[in-house]
Amino acid sequence: MTQAPVEQKKTTAWQMYRAIVGIGAFCAILIVGVYMATAPQIKINQERFLASAVSEVLPAAVLTQAVALDDDGQLVVVEENADLPAFLGYDAEGNLVGAVMTSEAMGYQDIVRVLYAYTFENQAITGMKVLETKETPGLGDKVEKEPHFLANFEALDARPAADGSGLANEIVTVKQGEKTEPWQLDGITGATITSVAIGHILNISAQVWVPVLEREARAIPAPQPPAPLEPTEEE
Amino acid sequence: MALKPVSPTDEFVKGLWRDNPVFIQVLGMCPALAVSNTAINALAMGAATTFVLVMAGLSVSLLRKFIPKEARIVSYICIIATFVTCVDYIIMALSIELHRALGAFIALIVVNCLILGRSEAFASKNKPGRAMLDGLGMGVGFTFALLFIGIVREVLGSGTLFGVSMFPDGFQTWTIMVLPSGGFLAMAGWLLIVNWLRQKEDDAARRAAEAES
Amino acid sequence: MSPLKKLLEIGSSPHISSGASVDNIMFNVVLALLPVTIFAVYAFGTGAALVLAAAVLSCVLTEHVLCKFAGQPTTVGDWSVAITGLLYGLTLPPDLPLWMVFVGGAFGVGVGKFLFGGLGMNAFNPALVARAFLQAAFPQAMTHWQMPFIDDRFTHIPSSVLAMPFAEPVYDAATQATPLAQMKFEAVFAADAQLMYGLTTGSVGETCGVLILLGGIYLVARNMMNWRIPASIFLTVAVMTWIFQQIDPQTYPGPLFMLFSGGLMLGAVFMATDMVASPITHIGCWLYGLLIGVLVVVIRFWGGMPEGVMYAILLANAVSPHIDNLIQPRVFGTGRKSG
Repeated sequence: MTQAPVEQKKTTAWQMYRAIVGIGAFCAILIVGVYMATAPQIKINQERFLASAVSEVLPAAVLTQAVALDDDGQLVVVEENADLPAFLGYDAEGNLVGAVMTSEAMGYQDIVRVLYAYTFENQAITGMKVLETKETPGLGDKVEKEPHFLANFEALDARPAADGSGLANEIVTVKQGEKTEPWQLDGITGATITSVAIGHILNISAQVWVPVLEREARAIPAPQPPAPLEPTEEE
Repeated sequence: MALKPVSPTDEFVKGLWRDNPVFIQVLGMCPALAVSNTAINALAMGAATTFVLVMAGLSVSLLRKFIPKEARIVSYICIIATFVTCVDYIIMALSIELHRALGAFIALIVVNCLILGRSEAFASKNKPGRAMLDGLGMGVGFTFALLFIGIVREVLGSGTLFGVSMFPDGFQTWTIMVLPSGGFLAMAGWLLIVNWLRQKEDDAARRAAEAES
Repeated sequence: MSPLKKLLEIGSSPHISSGASVDNIMFNVVLALLPVTIFAVYAFGTGAALVLAAAVLSCVLTEHVLCKFAGQPTTVGDWSVAITGLLYGLTLPPDLPLWMVFVGGAFGVGVGKFLFGGLGMNAFNPALVARAFLQAAFPQAMTHWQMPFIDDRFTHIPSSVLAMPFAEPVYDAATQATPLAQMKFEAVFAADAQLMYGLTTGSVGETCGVLILLGGIYLVARNMMNWRIPASIFLTVAVMTWIFQQIDPQTYPGPLFMLFSGGLMLGAVFMATDMVASPITHIGCWLYGLLIGVLVVVIRFWGGMPEGVMYAILLANAVSPHIDNLIQPRVFGTGRKSG
């Protein structure tokens, strides 16, 4: 700013600095204080949210173990959850029952992110929960509510191919009422794009994960009972 | 009317109806339209905004002699942003679900012109007590307005109120009311009613004045 | 009337009109729409007849009630609102619940026409405002298409049509995807002849392109319709489609398919030509048609929805005053800059 014309009461530079620095310091202390006070509770909430979502798609699992794929496509145990978290699920006796993976892709309006469970026993996808969606209310969000669509996930065939390169059959969404094979998703009339997107999301993720899981998951030791992600009883 | 001394209760009450931030001043439209698709979202947004209004009003009023007028906008925004950040953390600590539902709109409370407007027009010229009362009144008025819009949109758009089903099975939901356009429709409907009521009020006052003279 | 201050003057030319001809024009429009209407009832049966009747009734009633409410003489006598109702009915699916028809009609006339100031003042075509509202409010019901020429169509009323107010409709009639939905989601193109003679499904009055065209030709012959608008739309759509078909005939259908499928015929001939919401100058009309045509092709080929005629016309309605402004002829005797 250029020199202001002489006024009756001119603000000195000192006053300006004093106000801005003072307010800045006051605000900084306040924000840090509130952050420190709430951070533990926020972490608990986020973990509980993920844990409840995991137990919702894979109810058989009592203990979970966070895993990830490393750069060579090998299954490794991780401490912290990555951007797209994945878990192995164990029952009370420590037997491996299934795995829960996160996957995302473009829907009708924005990224759709889902959590799904793969069960080793019947080699099928047995649960799906939409974590994040901005699809049109009343149309695209039917994938979260429509009973016949959710019925797809009682046992959606996801057998790995014999050579371990991917799935034996590609998961695809077909028109509503035209499901003939166990690896097909019965789509939703009026939410065609979103239901197709869900099939696509599952397919791209399962093609990568399922062969690796079948090959390597059993080699990973079961976690000890007080696992970090066990859903807490109190509440 | 302008020269009469204003009682503290009046500072609070004016925000509810006479100077209602949404229906009369038409301020803070972005959250009013975007986050009012269910009654519970409207209530949460209103509560968060009220908190920020009161705290920002208090701080600005306390610091009004300390802040030179050349630096007032930057100071106000800094104070408001601080409280919004605090609210953001607090809501996340209270409930992740609520935080997901309100989404980006919590951060956008910073640019809600209602808060800056009250800081500039009222808190910077009045004592802390009055500034807080004014903020509280405006906040409650804002919450009420959002709740009115939210109720209409939730009942028609989802067939529920505060998540409780209102109708027997088979109610046809009006998808448009949940979409952004429904916010405009519900808002316009309430503005129509409020303006009509105010017009009747004015007419009655004018007639009374004529009868007196 | 009301002491509300006028904040904004909105006026569209021509500011001088020849008054008495509204009745006459409207009577001829009804005559032009008659074959389409009769065919619609013949193809879809009782459901379509009830939907059409409800559409007309809802628009007329709304106009009458609002006129009374505002203390004005009622304007339902000049037939224009009845035509709005009929056109609105022709754009609806044949098995739409009647209560939805009433809600849409009330919205279209109330918000799309009356709030703008009544006949001659509406910025948008009220029939399309009504339909756009329904499309956004009840997307499921608005994309549910009864099959045409069902055997019991004259003896049986589809259960969805008689759904209780505010209740979700229950469907019992056989359904079919519209040709445009088939094109979009299954890449199947219906035969051109089927489309022209109205043998496919769709909205009540949009299926039989030939009859709509006949009605349009009648109105043009009587000098009651601006032929430039539909001509411009047809030309734009045909040329654009032809180009894309040359590039990739697997994905893009031919020009005839595009012209006779969906609401294009009905929209171009009877909706886009709304005298109030379309431009006045000749060049303006060509530009306006060009805009609609481009929008239709873009929405149909690359949009999320199979059909886009309604949105194309509403968007073009919105810019039509600006089109007129843009190409205003220089007033004789004034300088280069007149306004």
